[in-house]
Amino acid sequence: MKASKAIIKCLEMEGTDVVFGYPGAAMISIYESLRSSKIKHILVRNEQSIVHYASGYARETGKVGVCLVTSGPGATNTITGIATAYLDSIPVVVITGQVDTDLIGTDAFQEADIKGATEPFTKHNYLVKDANDLPRILKEAFYIANSGRKGPVLIDIPKNIQEEKIKFDYEGKVDIRGYNPTLTGHMGQIKRAISRIKASKKPVIYAGGGIISANAQREILEFAEKTGIPVINSLMGIGGFPQDSRLYAGIVGSHGYDYSNEIIGKTDLLITIGARMSNRSTAGFHKLNPNIEFIHVDIDPAEIGKNRGFTLPIVGDAKIILTDLIDKSDEMDFSDWLDEIDKLKGKSESKEEVTKETENFVNPKEIIAYLSEKMDDDACLVADVGQNQIWSAMNFKVVKSRKFMTSGGLGTMAYSIPAAAGVKIGNPKRQVVCVIGDGGIQMCLGELAVIREQNADVKIILLNNGKLGLVREIQEDLYGKGHGSGVDLQYQVKFTKIAEAYNIEGYEVSDLKTFKNVLDKVLKSDQPCLIQCNIDPDTRTL
Amino acid sequence: MRKYVLSLLVENNSGVLSRIAGLFARRCFNIDSLTVGTTEDEALSRMTIVVTGDEQILEQIKKQLNKLVEVIKVVELSPEESISRELVFIKVKADNDTRSNVIEISNIFRANIVDVAKNSLILELTGDAAKIEAFTNLMEPFGILEFIRSGATGLQRGFNVLKEN
Repeated sequence: MKASKAIIKCLEMEGTDVVFGYPGAAMISIYESLRSSKIKHILVRNEQSIVHYASGYARETGKVGVCLVTSGPGATNTITGIATAYLDSIPVVVITGQVDTDLIGTDAFQEADIKGATEPFTKHNYLVKDANDLPRILKEAFYIANSGRKGPVLIDIPKNIQEEKIKFDYEGKVDIRGYNPTLTGHMGQIKRAISRIKASKKPVIYAGGGIISANAQREILEFAEKTGIPVINSLMGIGGFPQDSRLYAGIVGSHGYDYSNEIIGKTDLLITIGARMSNRSTAGFHKLNPNIEFIHVDIDPAEIGKNRGFTLPIVGDAKIILTDLIDKSDEMDFSDWLDEIDKLKGKSESKEEVTKETENFVNPKEIIAYLSEKMDDDACLVADVGQNQIWSAMNFKVVKSRKFMTSGGLGTMAYSIPAAAGVKIGNPKRQVVCVIGDGGIQMCLGELAVIREQNADVKIILLNNGKLGLVREIQEDLYGKGHGSGVDLQYQVKFTKIAEAYNIEGYEVSDLKTFKNVLDKVLKSDQPCLIQCNIDPDTRTL
Repeated sequence: MRKYVLSLLVENNSGVLSRIAGLFARRCFNIDSLTVGTTEDEALSRMTIVVTGDEQILEQIKKQLNKLVEVIKVVELSPEESISRELVFIKVKADNDTRSNVIEISNIFRANIVDVAKNSLILELTGDAAKIEAFTNLMEPFGILEFIRSGATGLQRGFNVLKEN
């Protein structure tokens, strides 16, 4: 079988039904083989968006997102997306074309050392030198991407290798000597964890994105309910725990809720599950008593002890460990602690100022609150990066089977539009809303064509303030009013006209009432749209 | 902060060295020396890496190394339970007046003379870091022209072998 045909066959056998791609000279053989496959190819408009599509697709379907790009610039354009997926542990396989084997190292046309370049932020990567290795490598790549701590894997395939004849064999199990993730938690450690919980008075579970990637939402709820321990989320953990539960205790971090950070300061036992104690989410952890018990559960042993010492480590898959924890725990009573938390919650809710709508502007927090009110019980909100991300995270209630997605680790602007499209393509039945700023959208405007082409019903809520708002806020908080520097998006783009050019319905709103009317209308339609919401540049993030 | 010696079993693929070196650079771990070569099994290489750090850094280095798919096994070679040696070549000034002194000291250290020229000698010495330092100090007054050391390479003592779990 021709190697390029074998590659497509491997994808089919992995259950890939969609690939996101951008062809080029080093990929023509693979694209020729793709033509006769049932796999749907989605031509993106810039490789910088490509991994985000695959990321949204993967986060929605649980399958590995697949990207095909050509050598050189095609490959290097994917780097930010790969790093984004890496920091958020999203399973993606990126296949890049490479120049002919005998040209590697000669600075040939469209040659770039993409294996070297992506070493720091791929879980693993390959440069294929022998076509006969291809089936094994593809099988390994899918396995590595979607097992253990998930992440992106890149396979660089020289053009001449794609043309070779190989014997196709996709049987057999993956056997990698140096890769064998631990899934089951150590039973002794689990029992010790239970006895420490019993000895504590104010335990808190701090749950991160690991809950979602292990698909352990049901288990964490059951464990929390059985033991009565409150649950706090990181930004990536949002959606891992129902926000209408009494045990839900908010979001921590520099851009989290005050009361959640206060809870961290009062706890005597922190149980971190699937969160990597990053600097941004643990910004409030200086209040944490350093002498408390700290149980750290993670599938990646390197996360345990990396940023913070621990008193009890448990390595393994969150779903499996939580199941064991449920099994070994009894009903417990932390009602005094929960009452105290309720008071903190209540205090912070009453303190929350209702920012008034200023003339000609609509308040972004009210926009998100209205979205939260109106969106489906199983809707997905994909937030971009910047103020829009925080407004979304803080005001969108993730209840029932709703999902919340964002680029949490790398903080990549222009993540949301392609990722939202990826979600929709992965599951056309889910209602998908994308919230983005006027900075982010101008990094990925071309992708509107893909949304139109694919009929991907994504409602784009554009929070337009003519500023790189979060950066300006940091500048002004640090140096004083008027110290914004390089953050004005001075030219006011008519985004509705751009939408129109792509045959996407565009609306412009400057007051809440109009926004509500427009949203009510567009949520009934099955067509994508863009709502440009003009917001006051002085609206604060928190 | 102190020095630790790590012994690694890795897949003998091109690029694995760059992956490991990159990991150290990226995470700001200090690498003092690194030696690498294939093993009795051609598919595998063995590395000895000397690092400087504290317990916590060492722990993190081991964990990060273990995350690399091509790394099969990482163990720490403790000074008590392992042997490690370095190889050095020292090109030292030696003329008719000083040559016999240099040779005498070399004999005490069991250094081999591998090159003799009119005004210089090349000495080859194998030993641990302390022995090499002592020898180097004694050679310094004669005038060291060139100096190269291999970095440590080591094995665990006894019947224990480094292999995959």
